[in-house]
Amino acid sequence: MIPASFDYVRASSVDEAVEVLADAGEEAKVLSGGQSLLPLLRLRLAYPSVLVDVGRLPELRGVRDEGGHVHIGATTTHDEIIRSPVVRAGCPLVALATATVADPAVRHRGTFGGSMAHADPAGDLPAVAVALDMEFVLRSTTGERVVTATDFFTDYLETALEPGEILTAVRVPKLGEGWGYHYEKFHRTAQAWAIVGVAAAVRVTVSESGARHVAEARVGLTNMGPTPLRATAVESAAVDAELPPVPHATANGSPSTARLPSANGSGPHDTLREAASLADGDTSPTADLHATPDYRRHLARVLTHRALTHAAATV
Amino acid sequence: MTEELDAGIVARQIAESGELGEPARNRHEVGAARRRKEDARLVTGRTRWTDNIQLPGMLYVAFLRSPMAHARVTRVDASPALHRPGVVAAFTGRDLAGEQGSLPCAWPVTEDIVVPAHPPMAVDEVRYAGEAVACVVATDRYRAYDALESIEIDYEPLPAVVDMNAALEDDAPRVHEEGNRAYVWKFGTGDIDAAFRDAPVVVERTFVQQRLIPTAMEPRAVVAQTDGDSFTLHSSTQVPHILRIMLATVTGIPEHKLRVIAPDVGGGFGSKLQVTAEEVLLLLLARRLGKPVKWTESRSEGNLTVHHGRDQIQRLSLAAEADGRLRGLRVDLLADMGAYLMLITPGIPILGAFMFNGIYKMDAYDFTCTGVFTTKMPTDAYRGAGRPEATFAIERLMDELAAELGLDPIEVRRRNWITRDEFPYTTVANMTYDSGDYEAATRKALALFGYDKLRAEQSERRDRRDPVQLGIGVSTYTEMCGLAPSRVLGSLSYGAGGWEYAAVRMLPTGKVEAVTGVSPHGQGHETAWSQIVADALGVPFEDVAVVHGDTAIAHKGMDTYGSRSLAVGGVALVRACDKVREKARHVAAHMLEASAEDIEFSEGTFRVRGTEAGTTIQEIALAVFGAHDLPDGVEASLDSDATFDPDDFSFPHGTHLCAVEVDTETGATSIRSYVAVDDIGKVINPLIVEGQVHGGIAQGIAQALFEEAVYDSEGNLLTTTMADYLLPSAADLPDFVTARTETPATGNPLGVKGVGEAGTIASTPAVVNAVVDALRPYGVRDVPMPCTPERVWRAIQGGAS
Repeated sequence: MIPASFDYVRASSVDEAVEVLADAGEEAKVLSGGQSLLPLLRLRLAYPSVLVDVGRLPELRGVRDEGGHVHIGATTTHDEIIRSPVVRAGCPLVALATATVADPAVRHRGTFGGSMAHADPAGDLPAVAVALDMEFVLRSTTGERVVTATDFFTDYLETALEPGEILTAVRVPKLGEGWGYHYEKFHRTAQAWAIVGVAAAVRVTVSESGARHVAEARVGLTNMGPTPLRATAVESAAVDAELPPVPHATANGSPSTARLPSANGSGPHDTLREAASLADGDTSPTADLHATPDYRRHLARVLTHRALTHAAATV
Repeated sequence: MTEELDAGIVARQIAESGELGEPARNRHEVGAARRRKEDARLVTGRTRWTDNIQLPGMLYVAFLRSPMAHARVTRVDASPALHRPGVVAAFTGRDLAGEQGSLPCAWPVTEDIVVPAHPPMAVDEVRYAGEAVACVVATDRYRAYDALESIEIDYEPLPAVVDMNAALEDDAPRVHEEGNRAYVWKFGTGDIDAAFRDAPVVVERTFVQQRLIPTAMEPRAVVAQTDGDSFTLHSSTQVPHILRIMLATVTGIPEHKLRVIAPDVGGGFGSKLQVTAEEVLLLLLARRLGKPVKWTESRSEGNLTVHHGRDQIQRLSLAAEADGRLRGLRVDLLADMGAYLMLITPGIPILGAFMFNGIYKMDAYDFTCTGVFTTKMPTDAYRGAGRPEATFAIERLMDELAAELGLDPIEVRRRNWITRDEFPYTTVANMTYDSGDYEAATRKALALFGYDKLRAEQSERRDRRDPVQLGIGVSTYTEMCGLAPSRVLGSLSYGAGGWEYAAVRMLPTGKVEAVTGVSPHGQGHETAWSQIVADALGVPFEDVAVVHGDTAIAHKGMDTYGSRSLAVGGVALVRACDKVREKARHVAAHMLEASAEDIEFSEGTFRVRGTEAGTTIQEIALAVFGAHDLPDGVEASLDSDATFDPDDFSFPHGTHLCAVEVDTETGATSIRSYVAVDDIGKVINPLIVEGQVHGGIAQGIAQALFEEAVYDSEGNLLTTTMADYLLPSAADLPDFVTARTETPATGNPLGVKGVGEAGTIASTPAVVNAVVDALRPYGVRDVPMPCTPERVWRAIQGGAS
């Protein structure tokens, strides 16, 4: 658990950072909060020759409301995001999922952009990114480009970031009125990675009679394949699903412990449950010490139903 | 802002916050909830941990460890490491073979036990992944570690042996030439065949005690140094005294030339009750190089090479009458020794042999334990050491028996336990339980838990097929503490005694130093021992310092493990205080011009019976220091020491009740409520007891739900990080409701029984019983530990089909 030796550069600007990266090529790694990278170095699973520290650059930090979207600077910490009124108002799903990341110590050091660039499919934020169609702003010495979330996550721990490029910000499109959100995370201990997680956003319509239906749904899956996945089949099937009346005292904000009793037999949830049962289609979950692929598939179905139900209940 | 963050302020706040522990004037210190006087330095880190020690010219050691579970080392060359930056020396097992000796096993449990040679650094063959095969000594830790990769080593793979049942087959690959069976140890009383013949009910189960990795907050660390003549070894150990004797024997360094120091030690849970390869090797390196050397393990290195705990397969048969009364119990254990026998490896399951009957009466008992070699890290003591395994077995069986008979698990226990008026009671395992009151503890626990109400809710949830089912688990445990009566240890072939030592030094200014032979590593001895001394000598709590853990200062002792510190070491301290008082009485008589028989002692003052004239023990200490006017024949010292060897073990007991909610759709288990009523006899400091109970329960829950060391079929340890070896934190645990009943132990003057392991022993079966109870409607009779969500979910699928 002692890293191999490496050079360390603390960049004083983004321009300097990308210049150092351009020179170092594939040998370089960007250090932000260090909460994913440092364990990799200590376990000698990564051997960068140089670390470029961007963690203290003010230009990369902070949250702004930019009208149609929320701008999140790459080195904004998880804790800052959880507490940000702009995030809570403009993209509450980000705050809900971020609150489940690891533990308070990690959330104070770990950064939003760092989690994305690390691209661990067991991380909580990438699934939110694909569910919300976030846009990733990448910069290098040759300029800036923007890629969508689905294009950003390319494989296990791999992204569209080229050598010499850093992630400077993420733009989170606002979904507008009538949406409810929930992140359902299933893990064995509070600090553990998700065995499976489901990020859900649901737009609800209420008819004159008071009946509630799903108008639109977004579902992102954590840890169901080498990249975060969008459960598009669920999203289509959930449209027009009838929702139950809103239960009082909904446990919005305590996602991983909140548990709505599931319906047995017939009831208004059925369409939603059928939609959720499609959640593991087109997934390729792996086996590890905590779960087999079969069990992950089962969990994806159960948790997707819960996530949709909870999300809808917050509207 | 910086001031607020200053650790010194935190330390002072902790030190000054006496409100919780301030005893009323003239009240006894013993029994007061004193805050721990050692916490300020431990919590702020302003203290000496082994890794904090920096010495001039110090060198740093890194070990190359075998990546294979079992292999012949066909070639090894450490010399390329010598060309790496900062490297001072590099050694292989062959370099050290002539002087490294063999790591000791102090508990050969049978005459014909196989005790294989255990070189601290492997020479020709490695037998577990992580075994040291070479080392580098360098000017800093990082260079030492970097240079490891330049060592050239070739392995010829040999078959791994990971499964105990397979290991015992005739054609199994051998871990050692002598075979894979280390020993077979048998014990029995009564007519076991008669007990099972025509028994109306027989419950047969096989339970697996998974392998656990003790996870002390402070990793192991060793510093060795020499002045060319004598040696000093600092180690993060629980057993400085045992270590000194054993290291002298292994290395040939004469005992009087070897000082061992356990500075502040951050937890052990049994894992630091060991003589480790690294301790031996660092002494050898200091001897060879003449320079101080340090090694501190990384967490992953620790997961690989700190001795592991548990790992038993328990085949159990319980015979009972139709009304649930027990007739007899058969226990057939396979205990995984790992690759070698370490300090007390073979004895751990034997410590459980006397506990499988629990608190219950029965006619016959039959116990067989087979120690099995595998190509895994050796096992040894881990919090409870043998007793958690035994308690789990009997408490799970009692719930299974209740289910078989359709009785409430409390009722089945009530029909079998030793009643309060039957003490002292000699059990079927030949232990004499001196005191206890199982009815009282259970009554209190049931009331605190709301047992009947929860049963009603359970039944209601079952009726409406709630996807979240409620389960209730019972554990009415006992254990044996106060290790140990030396005669008993002798009869079990243990290599040492179980006495304990204490000394009291009266300083001229009236302050007191209490020297103890036990070796605290987080338990709070400095506070509890101060309370004992304060009462025994009538001096203020603040005026007592407790000295420990250095063989040059606290020169004798048997150290800390097995819930023995208070029940054995605390009693030695009381005896030493008695002697101080007796010496002081003679001086007081002289000073007060009275005869010693007429001198009374109360709250620190000696008085002539019937008069107000008096002198305090602290005044006497000064007078003895001056020695200007001592009576004839009286030495100028009040200092005294004592050893105490208990006649028997002590037997804490209690009733733990656990309610879990199991989400049957996902298999997730959450603990809804947990009640622990413990009877540990008299209590010196209830706050410390509370801490021990909380930590113990957490650790027992961890075995039930979270922790498991996993080796693959090739013998590779897969759980080398905390991401894979899951430890629960406070966020994963419920609030514990704790309470006590108090039946004093009769075997010692303090009436104390020991509390260090009780919570761990009691809680694991309480939790698993609750999980299984929740799933009984699904036909589930067992869930292997740890009861992970997937295992629970699969049990539901399997049970239902």
